[in-house]
Amino acid sequence: MNPIRKKRLTIVLFLLVGIGVAVGLTTYALRQNINLFYDPSQIAAGEAPVDVRIRAGGMVEEGSVVRDPESLKVVFRVTDFNASVPVEYVGILPDLFAEGQGVVAMGKINGRGRFVADQVLAKHDENYMPPEVADALEKASKGQNKAGETAQPESY
Amino acid sequence: MAFDSFSAFIAMEGHGPYVWTCYGVFFVLMVGLMAWSRRRRSATMAACRRNYERQERGQQRAARPAATFTRVEVSQD
Amino acid sequence: MWQFFHKLGSPKWFYGIATRLMPWLLVAGVLLLLAGIVWGLAFAPKDYLQGNSYRIIFIHVPTAFLAQSVYIMMAVAAVVTLVWRMKLADVFVKAVAPVGLVLTFLALFTGAVWGKPTWGTWWIWDARLTSMLILLFLYGGVIALDRAINDEKSAARAVAVLVLVGVVNIPIIKYSVEWWNTLHQPATFKLTEKPSMPAEMWVPLLLAVLGLYLIFGWLACLRMQTEILVREQRTRWVKDLVMAGRF
Repeated sequence: MNPIRKKRLTIVLFLLVGIGVAVGLTTYALRQNINLFYDPSQIAAGEAPVDVRIRAGGMVEEGSVVRDPESLKVVFRVTDFNASVPVEYVGILPDLFAEGQGVVAMGKINGRGRFVADQVLAKHDENYMPPEVADALEKASKGQNKAGETAQPESY
Repeated sequence: MAFDSFSAFIAMEGHGPYVWTCYGVFFVLMVGLMAWSRRRRSATMAACRRNYERQERGQQRAARPAATFTRVEVSQD
Repeated sequence: MWQFFHKLGSPKWFYGIATRLMPWLLVAGVLLLLAGIVWGLAFAPKDYLQGNSYRIIFIHVPTAFLAQSVYIMMAVAAVVTLVWRMKLADVFVKAVAPVGLVLTFLALFTGAVWGKPTWGTWWIWDARLTSMLILLFLYGGVIALDRAINDEKSAARAVAVLVLVGVVNIPIIKYSVEWWNTLHQPATFKLTEKPSMPAEMWVPLLLAVLGLYLIFGWLACLRMQTEILVREQRTRWVKDLVMAGRF
């Protein structure tokens, strides 16, 4: 390669590395803002501000959903299997909302450590499968759970 | 076939509007992009051809005085 | 190898190869894409959680995948433009930028329409969606910058630098779902792992991706030919080609 091209290539590489480092540092500094939501562990550890609009995300804890029979009010717990946060919400939930499914809620933490949501979004994972396969998997895992009831949290 | 009937295929258990909007916009834009790109090449060809033909005519009548106006060549995109 | 590289730099040689390649690219691309889409829409089983709305994946993933691949190809071409000053590399960048713009728009649009029934919202400012929106603006910026500069050589260099600056966005798009908390789920297709869906779902998806790739190849050839005609119209071979009427 002739020297002029070599020089140009070096300049291009420096340009790329420079921009990469600059953007890398910026996104690292802003990581808390780039994160869409706080997870329950962070909220339990007091990292999330109280009385400021934030998002909380995690799994809807199995058996925690309580619907008010007279209104659209729902209370449930969001967990990341280390900590969990109680959430209350009044409104229509997305179709995919279910126990054991991912969820992102927008709202404020009130003084009593309760998350009052004004919007609840469903979060799904990258696994797709036909309903029959899902049923079969669920049956298989139910069978296992009966064998060892307490084994479930560790399997996460 | 994942659906029992054609109407079930269109309805997609209530998700029809979402699915068909996506596919509709996808086809309109892709076909549009492809047709536009093709037309642009033909138009460029035609513009080049007109250019060459005028140049040749210009060479034949080189002795005559130049035209009193000039045509501006604009690419046809 | 170097000889091939030099040949590749010849617009005339490229024009001829493209003409011969294009019918195959178009036919194979359209067939693969349609096969993937019909299979995905009508024959693939529905998803246990999302039902039929997940069928949008068969165009969402191909357009999103292509949108990023096209940008990477443009970045490689930009390096070639800056270092080797090869004309065809610049022709490529200018020819495919509008295609990238349309593909990115389609990825965002299909994602939004998919998000409404599954997540419950059209749009959210999470890292994946925002970085994809930045990609749309990058494509727009490349097109605008090229139009704004009249001189061909200055335009080529300015555009190449912009493309290179923007390429840092590509790893951000790709890893956004792993580095940060996002509403968007992680990738379904990974190069190193088995896809997280059964074969009757991923095979049609793969067909659609390959098909769209080939159609992109056809579009790139066609649009590069157009750009070459404009730039080389003073040369003998373009005149012969145009006057012979063989397109």
